[in-house]
Amino acid sequence: MSGPLIKARGVALSFGRTPALQGADLAADAGEVLAVMGPSGSGKTTLLHCLAGILTPDSGEVHFAGRRVDTLGETERSALRRDRFGFVFQFGQLVPELTAEENVALPLLLAGTRRAAALKEAGAWFERLGLDGLERHRSGELSGGQAQRVALARGLVGRPEVLFADEPTGSLDSLTGEHVMDLLVGAARERGTTVIVVTHEPRVAAYADREVIVRDGKATPLTARAGS
Amino acid sequence: MYRRDVYIERIVLDMSVPFTLLGLLEREPSHGYDLKRDYDAFFGRGKPLPFGQVYATLGRLARDGKVVVGEAESGAGPDRKRYVITERGATEFETWLTEPVEAEPHLQTVLFTKVVLALLLDRDAGGYLDAQRAAHLRRMRELTEIKRSGGLVDALLADHGLFHLESDLRWIELTTARLDALAKEVRS
Repeated sequence: MSGPLIKARGVALSFGRTPALQGADLAADAGEVLAVMGPSGSGKTTLLHCLAGILTPDSGEVHFAGRRVDTLGETERSALRRDRFGFVFQFGQLVPELTAEENVALPLLLAGTRRAAALKEAGAWFERLGLDGLERHRSGELSGGQAQRVALARGLVGRPEVLFADEPTGSLDSLTGEHVMDLLVGAARERGTTVIVVTHEPRVAAYADREVIVRDGKATPLTARAGS
Repeated sequence: MYRRDVYIERIVLDMSVPFTLLGLLEREPSHGYDLKRDYDAFFGRGKPLPFGQVYATLGRLARDGKVVVGEAESGAGPDRKRYVITERGATEFETWLTEPVEAEPHLQTVLFTKVVLALLLDRDAGGYLDAQRAAHLRRMRELTEIKRSGGLVDALLADHGLFHLESDLRWIELTTARLDALAKEVRS
């Protein structure tokens, strides 16, 4: 093992005068499922966004696959997010004008895959996630659980190395949320995808290999990384 | 380390073997052997009910008029007695079945005691709560894995554990957020 796939070191970021992160450290190995927990406003989503190259920290470093992320320009970070990362948010955030199938295919289309090939690849996810027959539905015609499974397929379709999930079950009831987590973790483990899931729900965190807790902008590991 | 048999023992056996056997007899009159087989299938995973306990329990139920023992069936071995639930047994079972179990926050009491003592003695209450949170989450991971790999009945039991542990965790979170204020109050 050549060290973690993704890590943050001493990451600090303020919004105006309000500090969101104050020297947060976090590392995840390839294939690891890591839960980031913490109270509301503790900085866990901000930390996720820094790791994913959505936000640039004021200080500290973010590394992915041995490469600095925080010093990259917007174009390079954008390419990184598109080609190597996947995302699932609390509210699926599907594009309402597109069908479910087109939503899933979106990362592939943006990466330059031909439409027919992208739709074929996307279509394969529908049976797997129990969404058969919903390919042509738009997001307004899907239940919360269905929409979130479509979002999950969209997050994984590009075979990302890291899947970032921010409260992926936050808008779902217990049973549906559980189903989504089962599928998310199952699919990620099958592919060796690293998952960083932000959650305030212990039942969601229990799907992870270990947890870190973010308090006052700092991350504390609750359980040691395997082998460390 | 979590073991399923320990969990079953704590949760299911506490529910009381006598009532469980009465419940199985409520379905249909049965032999001791069949009762044990059904008990083990539904409730005994990892911890089968010993035959001795089955017959001792049935003996007590018969003594108390909650079951009656039929004649031994001809040509059969010692186990060929059929047990039948009585009106009294059925009534008691019905009452037990619908009665909510007393909410016993035993664990919460232990957590509470440790936190207050830690604060009183100026020890690291936050460190203790983090360690407890990690232990809870570890057990929740084990239960989640049982859910993922087992059947629906396993999931039912695991869920019971998961929801209880989760409620403890919510208390741990709230207490962690209040530690400074609690320390002031405890030490004043």
